[in-house]
Amino acid sequence: MKVSEPIPQKSSLVLAWRQYRLERKIFWRNPSAAFFNLMLPLLLLLLFGAVFSGNKTYLRVIVPGIAGMGVMASTFSALAFNLTFLREQGVLKRVRGTPMPAASYLGGLLGNAVTNACIQIIVVIFVARFAFGVGWPHNWLELGFFLAVGVTTFGALGVAFSHVIPSFDAAPAYVNAVFLPVIFISGVFYDTKGAPSFLREIAQILPLTHLIDGLSAAMVTGQAMSSQWGSIAVLAVWGLIGGFFAVRGFSWDERGN
Amino acid sequence: MSTIQPAIRVTDLKKSYGSHEAVSGLSFEVAKGEVFGLLGPNGAGKTTTVEILEGYRARTAGEVEVLGLDPGKRPRELREQVGIVLQSSALYVNLTVREALSHFASLYPTPRDVEETIALVGLEGKEDSRSRTLSGGQQRRLDLALALIGDPELLFLDEPTTGFDPQARRAAWETIRSLRALGTTIVLTTHYLDEAQALADRVAIIKDGKVVAEGTPEDIGGAKAHRSRVSWRDEHGALQSVDTDMPTKLLNELTGEALAAGREMADLKVSRPSLEDVYLDLTSETVDESV
Repeated sequence: MKVSEPIPQKSSLVLAWRQYRLERKIFWRNPSAAFFNLMLPLLLLLLFGAVFSGNKTYLRVIVPGIAGMGVMASTFSALAFNLTFLREQGVLKRVRGTPMPAASYLGGLLGNAVTNACIQIIVVIFVARFAFGVGWPHNWLELGFFLAVGVTTFGALGVAFSHVIPSFDAAPAYVNAVFLPVIFISGVFYDTKGAPSFLREIAQILPLTHLIDGLSAAMVTGQAMSSQWGSIAVLAVWGLIGGFFAVRGFSWDERGN
Repeated sequence: MSTIQPAIRVTDLKKSYGSHEAVSGLSFEVAKGEVFGLLGPNGAGKTTTVEILEGYRARTAGEVEVLGLDPGKRPRELREQVGIVLQSSALYVNLTVREALSHFASLYPTPRDVEETIALVGLEGKEDSRSRTLSGGQQRRLDLALALIGDPELLFLDEPTTGFDPQARRAAWETIRSLRALGTTIVLTTHYLDEAQALADRVAIIKDGKVVAEGTPEDIGGAKAHRSRVSWRDEHGALQSVDTDMPTKLLNELTGEALAAGREMADLKVSRPSLEDVYLDLTSETVDESV
């Protein structure tokens, strides 16, 4: 082996930060992705908000609903899309052949998704406050907590779901087949209390319902976190299931190789 | 000790997928600083072998050492010293050439200079172009640049010139030669036998997961494969050929007979079998089986 002086390795944290910066740069250079990630929830909020602008009760449903949808879109949907693309293009394989530690690389990707989720929540809060006169969130700490639980759960589920998607061509169909029913059933656009009982029962199993409940408590109703343990437990179970399959099924290479 | 250690040592390597044995007892060594060509028909186990050396796949049995380390454990120290050019150009399409190289350079402890790397692969003038706007050949050059940016001791090239036009191929060959001159050890897999002949110091021919021949492109296949062939056209215009270990004696006899009979031996030539002849001879059964 070489007798030369040992060369210091770059720390995993520094490399994760570099990857994160790179992902941000790439994100802004792909206008369609930036649009769907950031503008679509905003557009929906503006449309629904304008239609029901006089209806304070409805606004109190739609604001946390759109916030929850934004979290799911920017973590679950975006990661399932991106990982399928990166795997199919061979970018994951290329990265695997460099000194980049796996945790740093995936940390950079997840950080990018979390940043988008945060941007969405902030946009929703500001639009709700200044366009529709909904007040500032009641409990910022609680909001931060549910945001953290939400991005973790849906991030893990997105990574796990990318293993099921056979190709990038099929990715929009697979992601929307999950995303669209979930946002409708989970009460993004209406209060689930008024839904038929079978839909209510399905909604009680889905993680987005519970994320929206938590966000609703933090943003509009002001209910304490202690009243949300049921929701936190359901999100945690989904997060653990997602995490298990995300790690277990992870492949750096295309299927069949 | 450190100077005689080979760059790669593979001993009795085996890799099975279920009941199918893709690599069955493969052994070879690659010396430091040499260009080593791995040849073989599709499905012979080339890619599996190279991907085990690169750390992408786990082996079933056998010993593998790359730069003194076990690629199966994927040590970061090894990944810092190895550059890999895959068959597909997996690029960040929205990054410029310089941005992509700067990013990957930051992953290595002692990277090569970005501008120097751009010059080495001949991408001058394209530094600020996004990858998506590059031609296919330029993308492959960026691929190579990304493999070189860490200043690797060992470089894996998987079919580096597939799909190139003849000029681009010559240019790529020149780059590979200049890398060799810089002391980089190179493992090359290729379908093109002229490429192996032009670039490789030594080649191994793989068939059914085993090395069937190993040596310099000139000597591979042993003495039997390198008998001289004397060929000419007879008085009816038919091509005749005789293989011999003693071409001088044979030529003397043949030309003596022809002179005595007042005949001209048209197209008379003495040739040695090319790498392609040896390759086809050694691998032809596999081709038959797969048809």
